[in-house]
Amino acid sequence: MPVTILIPTVLRQYTGNQATVAVDGKTVGDTLQNLAAAHPGLKTHIFTDNGKLRSFVNVFVNEDDIRQKGDMNAPVKNGDEVSIVPSIAGGRR
Amino acid sequence: MALATGKDFIGLVGHTPLVDMSHVVSAGGDVRVVAKAEWTNPGGSVKDRPAARMILEGERGVRLTKDKIILDATSGNTGIAYACLAAARGYRLKLCVPANISPERKHMLAALGAEVIYTSAQEGSDGAIREARRLFDEDPERYYYPDQYGNDENWRAHYATTGPEIWEETGGAVTHFVATVGTGGTLMGTGRFLKEKNPSIQVIAVEPDSPFHGLEGMKHMATSIVPKIYDRGFAGETLFVSTEAAHAAIRKTARKGGLLVGLSSGAALTAAELVAGRLIKARQRGLVVTVLPDNADKYLTERFWKEA
Ligand SMILES: Cc1ncc(COP(=O)(O)O)c(C=O)c1O
Repeated sequence: MPVTILIPTVLRQYTGNQATVAVDGKTVGDTLQNLAAAHPGLKTHIFTDNGKLRSFVNVFVNEDDIRQKGDMNAPVKNGDEVSIVPSIAGGRR
Repeated sequence: MALATGKDFIGLVGHTPLVDMSHVVSAGGDVRVVAKAEWTNPGGSVKDRPAARMILEGERGVRLTKDKIILDATSGNTGIAYACLAAARGYRLKLCVPANISPERKHMLAALGAEVIYTSAQEGSDGAIREARRLFDEDPERYYYPDQYGNDENWRAHYATTGPEIWEETGGAVTHFVATVGTGGTLMGTGRFLKEKNPSIQVIAVEPDSPFHGLEGMKHMATSIVPKIYDRGFAGETLFVSTEAAHAAIRKTARKGGLLVGLSSGAALTAAELVAGRLIKARQRGLVVTVLPDNADKYLTERFWKEA
């Protein structure tokens, strides 16, 4: 089930300049793991050494902040857009 | 009998207190760390200084008149400063701002009556800069575009105020000046003034350690549009601070110093501590001065407060 991950401009150097990456997965955790597996340079930017999302990184499924939807267990489905946004506490809009 | 007169917004800008941070940052021996508490400016940040100067300069050069709309790109603090100034002086204001600025900032801008154009969160502050340029190029007659990234009045504000304040408040004893860089205005203006007073003062720049960071107001220069007013060769050294290190410094400043400081302040203190540490190790004397650009009011909903 492909989900589209939107890559912030500053991280595109690790995705071969791709603005979006299509990955499979049933949860946000799956999709981010698959993203990091496909583009290993991203890993330390998104995750801490013990595999948690860094505290200033916000992830949204479409418009929803995953921290309100079960974090890494937040479900994703075909066609969803997952965006990675460096947060200054913010929402996406 | 003369009537007592109060100060206007611009009259309240500057003359911020110099705070001793030696009990928060590990200093010792003959090394002290002090910092300018810039959140005591009326708009709540260091950016009141350049914003006030850029608006006054526009008025003086008659590029800014009441029929013009003030336009600029900002990640927040300059926007808040402009919004205060525009309200107090009767101008319309249009700001290009990345959509991922904190909700607190969005509320402040709205409360002050600013018109805000939210640009892509994915593109960060560079996306906001591009949008401001696009709007200006479309209709240059309509706008006064201070362009804080390219306006010499930005660093001159610090040359005229922050630098002299630090020089006077330290009695000329400052040995190191540490500043975070966004537009580079604080570092270039204060640094130039201090270097003219005493060329042996060392100027140290602080940048995020990675292009992807949570240090509001700061720029990772190697991967950004480098501001026209910022000369990367000016500082003798650049220190790179991680977002997590800044978070730890902020928690420590809250819990050991009773001061709630902002993200870039955490980065500044992390770097100042490093500089102080080197001096202590080398058994040298030093008075390390840094700038705390804003306080934590706009970051209290962040998750890092709850971490270790
Ligand atoms: C919170 C914060 N820290 C640091 C800076 C950087 O200051 P300067 O633009 O003078 O380099 C800014 C300004 O944009 C800011 O808002």
